[in-house]
Amino acid sequence: MLMKYMDIEPEPTLLAPDADSVLFANRVEKTYPNGTRALDEVRLIIQRGDFVSLLGPSGCGKSTLLKMFAGLESPSHGHLRWLGADAPGKSGLKIAMVFQEATLMPWASVAANVRLPLDLAGVPKAESESRVQQALNQVGLGRFGNCYPRELSGGMQMRASIARALVTEPDVLLMDEPFGALDEFTRNKLDADLRSLWAAKAGQLSVIFVTHSIYEAVYLSSRVVMMAARPGRIVADLPIPEPQRDEEFRLSPAFTEHCRDLSARLLAASGGELQHD
Amino acid sequence: MKPPLLHRPAVVKIVAPLLLGVFLLLVWQVLCTAWKVPTYLVPKPTDILATLWTDGPGLLRALGVTLKITFLAFFVAVVLGVAAAFLFVQSKLIETSLFPYAILLQVTPVVAIAPLIIIWVKNPTAALVVCATLVALFPIISNTVLGLRSVNPGLLNLFRINGASRWQTLTRLRIPSALPCFFGGLRISSGLALIGAVVAEFVAGTGGTGAGLAYEILQAGFQINIPRLFAALLLISITGVLLFSLMAWLAKLSLAHWHESEMA
Ligand SMILES: Nc1ncnc2c1ncn2[C@@H]1O[C@H](COP(=O)(O)OP(=O)(O)OP(=O)(O)O)[C@@H](O)[C@H]1O
Ligand SMILES: [Mg+2]
Repeated sequence: MLMKYMDIEPEPTLLAPDADSVLFANRVEKTYPNGTRALDEVRLIIQRGDFVSLLGPSGCGKSTLLKMFAGLESPSHGHLRWLGADAPGKSGLKIAMVFQEATLMPWASVAANVRLPLDLAGVPKAESESRVQQALNQVGLGRFGNCYPRELSGGMQMRASIARALVTEPDVLLMDEPFGALDEFTRNKLDADLRSLWAAKAGQLSVIFVTHSIYEAVYLSSRVVMMAARPGRIVADLPIPEPQRDEEFRLSPAFTEHCRDLSARLLAASGGELQHD
Repeated sequence: MKPPLLHRPAVVKIVAPLLLGVFLLLVWQVLCTAWKVPTYLVPKPTDILATLWTDGPGLLRALGVTLKITFLAFFVAVVLGVAAAFLFVQSKLIETSLFPYAILLQVTPVVAIAPLIIIWVKNPTAALVVCATLVALFPIISNTVLGLRSVNPGLLNLFRINGASRWQTLTRLRIPSALPCFFGGLRISSGLALIGAVVAEFVAGTGGTGAGLAYEILQAGFQINIPRLFAALLLISITGVLLFSLMAWLAKLSLAHWHESEMA
């Protein structure tokens, strides 16, 4: 069944954004002021409700691309558009970001940390309290709202950080190696939880997930965008169509086959020498 | 299951230095007695205590004057220093233009400019406060600037993504991040305000308010009343230690629940 995909060579699914697209990056380039060419002619269309992984070796510009999506950097060339302000009166997409570190405010309780985006947007206290509790429940931290970040383990801090991203009910969730600093057990658990959170949103939440773990990318995503370095560019764009994602999937031949395929492409793209760090 | 009283860190922190102090005083007393050191050279601790008892009211009144100048100067330094720090972090240009002058303030010895200030400022108390403020100001500025700048860049990005205004970023992120450094500045500066007050009183001499502890020390020196001199010195030191502890306590009160530096 899998061989079929490899035969027809799945090309970037769309040539132009359509009504279901949320993001359109057209020939985006980034050269940093010090001359580093971080990205070269990146073209990417993200569809509503997709779970897309950006996968690639260190230094291939994944974080740079994600920062541009978040509006924290601007492209040196090309353009980048968030789409989907379809309904009139709707101001645009709500975008939330989760960083590699939990980046919680150490002086504020977990609940206050999660409430921050609502506070900044001026949501009244009465409403924000219940939304915070709901977001904490979603990530399994319902009883920890009154703790301070330092009282939580690394994995729990990461969960709090995800709750803070979910509390605004975003349309798009940007995640930059969110579980990169965690041990494998915790990481697998959080991956599974993240996948079911996304599935529960039934096609309303798009996730763009940066990782340099092939296994994580295959397990989580409905689509893997593979990048290579020097200069950073997209070298492959593959769907992972299996609907069922559980421990069973991690052990299935399909999973192994996807991983093998991605490693082979990564090897080919980096000219035979793997630049994994 | 509390540990025995003498093993608790909080108790040890007070008892240990106290015991050492008592031991050193004993040695001092014994040596002075054994070698019959004359009181006008090195008075015995008991002599100093006796003077403190008999001259207590006068010395305490002098201490009050010095304390008033110290607190006024410290207060003005905190207000001015924090204001300057906020100004500095507004733009790199403001900081690069002004910072050299702030350093100039720091490196100019107060004894060198005190006579000038005493001539310029008519009110003697105000003149002394100005001198002491100049000494206490710089650590507040530099520490607060450092604090306001040492914001976690990830949190800064988070605020940007969530469309935080400049004001929200300042009050919810920069100020809380600056607190640990700011309290460090307070500790240094409180001691410096006391030193500044005493030094300024020295320079002003009888031309100043003529009532502070420094004046008492000068007078005692002229009269070769060495026990009284030591008693005044003792009061200054105790005040300094108390001021420092007060600042440490304030820092603990506001940081204990989150900052590593203040955790037990
Ligand atoms: N602020 C910056 N100034 C100059 N060069 C930068 C800057 N940020 C990143 N770069 C360079 O751009 C390239 C891509 O960096 P980026 O952080 O996007 O890589 P990455 O794919 O996220 O790597 P990693 O997996 O290690 O996080 C690197 O060569 C890096 O040195
Ligand atoms: Mg990165």
